[in-house]
This record gives sequence, structure tokens and C-alpha cells, in this order.
Amino acid sequence: MGNVFVIAEHRQGLLRDVSLEMLTVASQVTQQSGGDVVAVLLGSGVDSLADKLAGYSDKVLYVEDPLFADFNAEKYQRVLVELIKQNNPELVMIGHTTQGVDIAPALAVETKIPFISDVIKMEFADGKLQPVRQYYQGKVNANFAFKGEPPYLITLREATLEVPEPSKQGAIEKVESPLKEDIAYRKFIEYVEAEVGDVDITQSEILVAVGRGVREDKNMPMIEELAKSINADICGSRAATDAGWLDHDRQVGTSGKTVKPKLYIAIGISGAFQHLAGMKGSKTIVAINKDPDAPIFSVADFAIIDDLFKVVPKLTEKLKELKG
Amino acid sequence: MNTFVFIKRVPDTSEAEVKVDAAGKDVDSSKFSFDINDADNYAVEEAIVIKEAAGGTVKVVSMGPKDGDVMIRMALAKGGDSAIRVDDPRINVVDPLKVAKVLAAVVKGQEFDLLLTGCMAGDDGNMSVGVAMAEELGISHAAMVKKVEVGEGKVKVYRELEGGLSEVVELDLPAVLTIQTGINEPRYAPIKGIRMAQKKELKVLSLDDLGLSEDEVNEASSLIELKNLYIPEVVSNAEIIEGAPEEKAEILAEKLVKGGLL
Repeated sequence: MGNVFVIAEHRQGLLRDVSLEMLTVASQVTQQSGGDVVAVLLGSGVDSLADKLAGYSDKVLYVEDPLFADFNAEKYQRVLVELIKQNNPELVMIGHTTQGVDIAPALAVETKIPFISDVIKMEFADGKLQPVRQYYQGKVNANFAFKGEPPYLITLREATLEVPEPSKQGAIEKVESPLKEDIAYRKFIEYVEAEVGDVDITQSEILVAVGRGVREDKNMPMIEELAKSINADICGSRAATDAGWLDHDRQVGTSGKTVKPKLYIAIGISGAFQHLAGMKGSKTIVAINKDPDAPIFSVADFAIIDDLFKVVPKLTEKLKELKG
Repeated sequence: MNTFVFIKRVPDTSEAEVKVDAAGKDVDSSKFSFDINDADNYAVEEAIVIKEAAGGTVKVVSMGPKDGDVMIRMALAKGGDSAIRVDDPRINVVDPLKVAKVLAAVVKGQEFDLLLTGCMAGDDGNMSVGVAMAEELGISHAAMVKKVEVGEGKVKVYRELEGGLSEVVELDLPAVLTIQTGINEPRYAPIKGIRMAQKKELKVLSLDDLGLSEDEVNEASSLIELKNLYIPEVVSNAEIIEGAPEEKAEILAEKLVKGGLL
């Protein structure tokens, strides 16, 4: 098989974890099928990132140009089209991230490369690549196949695996940028940091987390009483912050905060992968949800499969009693 | 500001049991309740907010059978001007690039400034249709948008990145924006609007109407193939607490307190 291209993702001078996760999956693929793992880095003055990628790659293609000081999907697309044409890799991997979803579908349309998004793992069937993705927020898995000739393109879901210690030492090859001038129709302006709220939930020792299952704002006092009884801070899934039950700085997940408290009590949270990525490092996880198939149970230490409206008030009452 | 907003009818499977058929090709959706996709609901609201501020029209586009008409009428009731539903079973809806090709054909040759989609569909989670559609049309795009500021010939958008960070990007119009949930507060349809919506135009188009041939967008034309579906094993090491709801609560409280977890 040919090489596997991994499009490295970085922001504000830091490599994003998904880059090394993709290289790890790429190594697993090439171990079975042959070919080299090639990291592709577009950036400006990010030599240290190239070095880090080299530890997980057989080769690093480093396009260094001030035009890549900040992310711009259109510029990435222009360059990737050319690099794919020149190098003809078997497989191209992009992170299924806010960067990746901004590039990959357009790249696939332009290049007419078979494309499968949000892949959770790469398997082989009859010697051919078999990407696996999900439907219905993780309730159904789907095996896919590419048709026609490579190259093939996937976006890979982040935070699905542990990255091992580096074991390669790929050569870093600087490549002249195929993009000769800036692009006018899309401009990067600036980054805006998240607003800082009254409580920093990343520092909380105990968190009570709420999700869609809590249903409406008027049920929040029940949650607040539980939190108060154990000196916990309250956080939530995207559904809870979108609905306005909580401020956005209380959101746990890929687009919010990553938390690692001693105790995380998830109430009415089904556990979309974006949420799990933000809380699975918690020391002890309790999940209360009436759906036995909820993915939250895959990371829980204690599970109550029941109606939260019956469980939570009693839990609060008993905790108050026991804590005196 | 003329906007097309693209909406999809999806099942709510957050608490539903999902079963795959014997052939492993489809799920039994007979017991699901359906509604507008969450992110698309925010896209509709954003389109209407932009129209209220800048004038222009909002046209609603959806793909699928007649079952979607209730959802489409609801978007019209909130402020959409007219709607198009593409109904053609030959379209390979498993492939987001084929869906994008069809939707691009709907707006090709029409006057518009903005095309809004939800950033993700709750059923297939591809997050691909909007960005692919922009490429089909040869116009600019931004994915995961959580704030829109319309200017003269340009639009400034805030893209939601990971960890609470945003990226401000300026695009030339026309442009495709894929809208993230939480960008606004979707309104409820007013009673008067619901009445008026019944009289608004809802055109149903086939591939032939769009000037597309079947072999451009059917399953055989796709470069990807869905082999089979299966229910993943949920590997859980959790201690499942049994009993009546109140008993479960008491047992958990004791485990937390006596286990020194609090």
C-alpha cells in the first residue's frame, strides 16, 4: 500500500492532540498494509512541532510559509490539493475537529477523492481499508468501504485512543509552498478567548453535571440542591448551556472545558463523544440516566439506570442525612 | 440579504432504543419521534434574525419525503418566505457529498447572499454537507459558526473552536455558513405565522426538475459504500446499582459517603 498522509493540526504554537492520535492510527494502518506514515505540517516558525511529529512519522513534509501563520481552510485546501497530486498517498487523514470539518468536505469535492467523515477506527476487510463510523450519536456503528482507486480521505474522531511514547524518527523535509499568494475571499482576523465566569470548573473537586434529560430550567433547583449538599459546582453538556440553564463557561466537552475532578456526577447526560472527551479523565464517575444504552455508562464507575427525577431528590436527602 | 436555509428532519434517538434490521442496512425508525435537526433550528432562527435586521428573503430548503412538510411549514411560520423540498428516492442520502451536490443544484443560478445549514445532523453526524456545497458552488464558507455580523459584500463570523476559543474570520459573500447550536435563541412559531405558513409556496422538486441525472447522485455513483450497520457493544465497567429508584439513590449516597468520595 502507499503512504498515509496525516495533516497535522496546531493552533497558537501548540500541536493539537489529534495530530499524534492520527499518526498513531496511521502507524497501525501501515503496520498491516505497508507504506510510510507522512506527517504534513503547514505553518510558520513551528520547527519544534515538526520535531515532535517526527517522533511519530517516517517523514514530515513541512510547508513553512508566513501565509500559514494562522489557520485558513481555503489556503489549506489549495496546498493539500497540490501535495496530494504530487505525492499520491494511499490515505489522507484529517482530524474530525473544527479545523478538519472546515477543510475535508471541500477538499473531497474538489479532488473527487472518496471521503468518509468522523471515522472512529480503521479496520481491514479482505485486505481493504474499512473505516468505521457511527450514527445516532454512537448508538449504531457502520462499516464503510471506499470505491475506486486511492487516494482516500477520512476525518478521524479525536480523543479515541492513548498516544504511546514516540518511537520513530522521521526525516523533516521542507517543501516549498504551492500557494504563491494570499487568498482574498477568506481572511483570518483574530482569536477570541472564552469569557471567564465566576467559577473555574476545571479546578472543581466535585462536579454535578446536567444534560438534556433534565428537560427544563425549572428542574435546575433540584440539581442545585444536590450540588449544595456535597459542595459541588454545577456544569453541563452542550444541551444544558445551549438551553440557557447554565452559562457557556460551565460547558464540559471538546468545545468547552476538559475537567478531571475527583467526583463527576452526570445527570441526564447521554454522553455524546464530544462530552465524554471532556470528562472521562475524572477520577470517579457516577451516571444517572434512564437509557441503558447511553454511552455515558461506558465511562461510569457507578451507574443508576432510572428516572433521574425519582433518584436525585432522594439522593440529596440521603446525602444530607449521612453528612449530618 | 437573501438567504437559503437548509433543514433536515431527524429522529430523536437520545432516549430511544435503536435496532438494526436483519440485513444490517437500516435501522427500524418506526418508533422514533422526528423533528427538525437541532443545529438546523438555530440556522433557521439566524436566517430570520438576519432578514429582520437587513431585509431580504429567507427560503427554506429540505430533502426527503412528504413527512418533512410539517417541519418545513414551521420554519415558514417563524418567518421563512417560501420553501423547496427535494423529493427523489434515487439520491444516495448516505453520502453527504451527493446530498451537497443536489442542494447546490437547488440554488445554482438563483440570487443569494448566504446559505445557512446546521453544522451537524443528529442522525449521521457527518458535518459535511454545507462545506461540500460551498465547493460545489465555488463560493466561500465557514464551518461551526456561533456569531454572524453581516457587512457590505462581506460577512464576519465567529467560528467556535475547541476549548471555548473562537476564531474570527471574514468571508466574501455569497458564502455558506454552517451554524453551531447556541448561536441564538430559536423562537416559537407565532399562531398568526402558523396560519400564514399554510399559504406560502412549498415547491416539490425531483432530480429531473433540478437538471441532475440519476447517475450523478445515486448509490452507484458514490465513491463510498455503506457495508453494514451494527449495534456497538457498550463496554462498561460500571457497578450498576439495582433496586427501586429511591433504594438506588440511598445505596449510591452510602457508597459516596462511606467510600470517601466526597
